Amino acid sequence: MAQTFTKEMSRNIFYGGTAFFFLLFLALTFDTHMSMPDRDKRELLNPDTERGQLIAHGKQLWEENDCIGCHTLLGEGAYFAPELGNVYKRFGGSKEAIMGFIKGRPKNGIPGRRSMPQFNFTDEELAALAAFLQYASEINTSNWPPNIQG
Amino acid sequence: MTFKYQSQAVAKPYFIAAIGLFVAQILFGLIMGLQYVWGDFLFPEIPFNVARMVHTNALIVWLLMGFMGAAYYLVPEESETELHMPWLATATFWIFLVAAGLTVAGYLMVPYATLAEITGNKLLPTMGREFLEQPTITKLGIVVVALAFLFNIGMTILKGRKTVVTLVLLMGLGGLAVFFLFSFFNPTNLVEDKFWWWWVVHLWVEGVWELILGAILAFVLIKVTGVDREIIEKWLYIIIAMTLITGIIGTGHHYYWIGTPEYWQWWGSIFSALEPIPFFMMTVFAFNMVNRRRRNHPNKAATLWALGTAVMAFLGAGIWGFLHTLAPVNYYTHGTQITAAHGHMAFYGAYVMINLTIISYAMPILRGREANSGKAQVLEMWAFWLMTVSMVFITLFLTGAGILQVYLQRFSDTPLPFLVVQDKIALFYWLRLIAGVAFLVGLLVYIWSFFIPGERKAAEMPAMEPQGSERGAVEAAAG
Repeated sequence: MAQTFTKEMSRNIFYGGTAFFFLLFLALTFDTHMSMPDRDKRELLNPDTERGQLIAHGKQLWEENDCIGCHTLLGEGAYFAPELGNVYKRFGGSKEAIMGFIKGRPKNGIPGRRSMPQFNFTDEELAALAAFLQYASEINTSNWPPNIQG
Repeated sequence: MTFKYQSQAVAKPYFIAAIGLFVAQILFGLIMGLQYVWGDFLFPEIPFNVARMVHTNALIVWLLMGFMGAAYYLVPEESETELHMPWLATATFWIFLVAAGLTVAGYLMVPYATLAEITGNKLLPTMGREFLEQPTITKLGIVVVALAFLFNIGMTILKGRKTVVTLVLLMGLGGLAVFFLFSFFNPTNLVEDKFWWWWVVHLWVEGVWELILGAILAFVLIKVTGVDREIIEKWLYIIIAMTLITGIIGTGHHYYWIGTPEYWQWWGSIFSALEPIPFFMMTVFAFNMVNRRRRNHPNKAATLWALGTAVMAFLGAGIWGFLHTLAPVNYYTHGTQITAAHGHMAFYGAYVMINLTIISYAMPILRGREANSGKAQVLEMWAFWLMTVSMVFITLFLTGAGILQVYLQRFSDTPLPFLVVQDKIALFYWLRLIAGVAFLVGLLVYIWSFFIPGERKAAEMPAMEPQGSERGAVEAAAG
């Protein structure tokens, strides 16, 4: 680069550009939070309702068993096991089917194949996980995933 | 002793521990690679999610260890003064290492739910989110270590010479600490959770970490090429300017399908499509500086790592990132093996390689010589090519797996279930596993290179070895 483009100019582009685009990012973040309630189904999360409590408990179980270490949820996580953001719909809109699946995992796996561990959840915990996955399936994800297979 | 400031020596244990954790990372990567094709391997003792936590967390910790070692090495030299508190740097090293060791032991020895319970996750739930699986108490430990580190580095910079390299490094490290704080925010609202989770993950790897990368690369290039600092600093500023101008709004490419407004598909696509630009500039920069070098530094391996970082970061982060960043493409590729392919080459190319660059440059000096013997360097370069070519193949095989997965599971007229598709693409997982084993061989060669006698003995110097005599002449000229 010739003398015409000085270190001071590139420094100013760095500070000016970073400041401008970070402020723009903050503005977009603010706007996003204004419109999120229309898409994120937060009305289901009211902790005064039984369903809200169940979903919160389900999310906690989701985290404390590191489900994200094998599955994706809305496309984020590990790619070892199926997407679960739409599992409620894939299982025919049945929480019982989800609970039955988790409950029925063989303790010692399936020879030669991938298998979900047996977590020994109580019925209340199974219901909480199913409620959480049902809530996840109701978030407006701009029509993602492309089909029911996730 | 060839390093100028006594306190630079605190960097050495950081580098050694980083390489140790690197080995752990690769071993657990191979376990996962095997589990992809042999589903019940080590089941239920080490389920896939546990192996993955060790694989990704070991990576993050060793990269941070490397960054800290790099800072402790280069800041005193740039600032032309001793480190503010060398004992603090050594103390935080042991705290960090023990915390990391205990955390990994926790992952492996008890079920994750038990670990959550005994570490009191209910008091401040932060666990169980990708890459942020560490118990809350470990996260608090990371904050303490980061604060002590920033204080030490910051005070050193304040009392000494201020250079662009140290300033950019400090901004990167400061940003790293600040954005990590978002890992403590974990609302029940899944959309909010995911939105802010990216403030740690994206603003780290596609934001402030690139400042750290740029600063370390600039430092090494100043040292090995002898090019005027003014020129290198000008490049550094313009590269990191483009990084943040594109990368901050580029966060939007994670906000397409998680319940955030649809305008992010435009913001994310446009800005993240520009994210390869700073990486391309970095490649041009590194080759330009090496071509315009004013000295032939005897450490050829370090120069190779520096050039390799620029190229592989551009390929992995730039090209493989662009491949699936546009919203209409990402609609089909989101959360598939395409993501895994990009993740592997981007982390290796940008952050693994910059760490190996500074280790390659600094370790010989910390061991009392300007550069390793020719034999040790040749071995190190073999390791460079073995690891880098293996990573290219890992990426290509995962990309192949990903293209098939996208077609069979998401694009064809009769989409197949996830696990059916996994069986159909197993060949690519086998090939990836073979490439992974080759990577481990490269890593073992790399470690072996540290045990080759590094001193260039007087007997080795005669004209029999042209490299050696050339080096001697250069050193004589450099005084």
